[in-house]
Amino acid sequence: MALLVTERLRKYFGETRAVDDVSLTIQPRELVSLVGANGAGKTTLVNLITGLLTPDRGRILFQGVDVTHLPAPQRIRAGIARSFQLVNLFDQLTALDNVRLALFARDGKIRTAVALAERDTAVRDEAMAILEQFGLVPKWDLPAASLAQGERKLLDVAVAYALRPQLVLLDEPTSGVGTREKGRIMDTVASVCRDGGLTAIVVEHDMDIVFTYSDRILVMHQGQILADGPPEQIRADERVATTLLGHA
Amino acid sequence: MNRGAASTEAMPRPAPARTLGRAGYVVALAALLLALPFIPQVPPFQRILLSYGLIAGITALAFNLLLGYTGLLSFGHSAFFGTAAYTAAFLVRYLHLTSMEAYLAAGFLSSLVVAVVFGVVCVRYTRIFFSILALALSQVLWGLAIKLFWITGGTDGIRVPSPTLLFGLIGGGDDKLTFLATTYYYYVLAVFALCVGALWLVVHSPFGKALQAIRDNEVRAEFVGVPVRAYRLAAFVLSGAFTGVAGALWAPLNGHVTPDVLYWPFSGRIVFMTVLGGFKSFGGPLIGALVFNHLEAYAVGYATYWQAVLGVVLVLLVLLMPTGLVGAGARLVARLRRS
Repeated sequence: MALLVTERLRKYFGETRAVDDVSLTIQPRELVSLVGANGAGKTTLVNLITGLLTPDRGRILFQGVDVTHLPAPQRIRAGIARSFQLVNLFDQLTALDNVRLALFARDGKIRTAVALAERDTAVRDEAMAILEQFGLVPKWDLPAASLAQGERKLLDVAVAYALRPQLVLLDEPTSGVGTREKGRIMDTVASVCRDGGLTAIVVEHDMDIVFTYSDRILVMHQGQILADGPPEQIRADERVATTLLGHA
Repeated sequence: MNRGAASTEAMPRPAPARTLGRAGYVVALAALLLALPFIPQVPPFQRILLSYGLIAGITALAFNLLLGYTGLLSFGHSAFFGTAAYTAAFLVRYLHLTSMEAYLAAGFLSSLVVAVVFGVVCVRYTRIFFSILALALSQVLWGLAIKLFWITGGTDGIRVPSPTLLFGLIGGGDDKLTFLATTYYYYVLAVFALCVGALWLVVHSPFGKALQAIRDNEVRAEFVGVPVRAYRLAAFVLSGAFTGVAGALWAPLNGHVTPDVLYWPFSGRIVFMTVLGGFKSFGGPLIGALVFNHLEAYAVGYATYWQAVLGVVLVLLVLLMPTGLVGAGARLVARLRRS
């Protein structure tokens, strides 16, 4: 069964057709890149799937269940997590606490007001293990605000990963970092997703990154899916070359 | 998945020496506070003044659960303090109850109910809208206290005599000064310790971490599964209820409840003392409350325009010490250690 299906999903902002009747299917364990020029509708589509926006029309099915009108926290419990284009962290909390909070939320422990968070060694150890997977153990006790941009990007993904989702949507996980750092971030993200059996939809602009790491690429243009296929097919697609890569 | 693969034995842990050091300070401070009535150089007036300070400390810590830990600035906390103080006064006037435990329980519950009602309205908003709504709602209670004078005593207020303590085991038989400076001082100290312990536990719990997450980034908090509005309401209600405990303790100490405790400048005092100590640490508001309490007491005694003295302090504070006394002290200690 497909993990995620969208059926004629539509979101207009006035006259702007941000997402225009998008139907797509995502299979389990795929690493799918979502590409397109600025304003193509990528982030809006991610926002619709994760519940930050409500569609004007269409349906979102996750594991066969209609989640179109579920609020974000319920979609998270269903197994959909995300990171954000502009890094969205709990800046005054340490890197450890950022991950730990996601674990507490995942396990329903955030309701506990009469036990010390620090005493929950199982959660602490799991949080440290996740930080180690993302190479952030040396920074575990630093406030998120004091981390370098690449580390913040990784922590952003680590927080989403800690929710133990089945589908994770990463909105530009490499934006704002240098070329070498991009490779390190995507190596980590791809290996964590593949080792963890996660399905990932990655919004990305860097086509070298996209062609290197993706199982499948979705190209959006003016709110619609222009092309959909494996990297070699997308590379050979003339419409993509014209609209996205700028080739005549 | 490979989540458990990391060797947790090799993971860094907080240094226990730091925790023990803090515990040592707390024990030493507790011993000093307990010994205070036996130190002849500390007159009864100072112990009564300190009781006011400890009550202000509970208020500021409870307030900071909202400001420092949830990121909501309330200008309406006088409502909870005043509700509990008036509840104690009503128990005296209408039910002739003198039990301090009844004042505390009724004060806690009444301020909790008011906090639920106000909270449902206020937590739908944030920033200035939240602050102004809280202020406006608190002034409704102040207006009622003034206008319903046949119930509340109007601007004359209601007298609250010395209560009996520990379910009547200890009566207010001593002369009032001795009772307030010794027996009631210990009672306030015990309730203060319980409130500080409870609030410390709350802010260091997973729930407390969720509040801090909401403060830092409410959108992301929602996207890790924190029900933001419900948790804001929970923080608001907890904060209001603990403020109510302070109000109930204050009523017999002051001996008289008037609408002043519901008026907006009283909310301003709570904000002032919290900012004075620093709202980014757990103990900051407590330090701020104690300092403010003494500053105000002596400013009233030595200066005609004592509000001007407090105003100057506030301006200097915002300009020179935006992180409050505790933040400035921590920076100074760090600088001394480096040098």
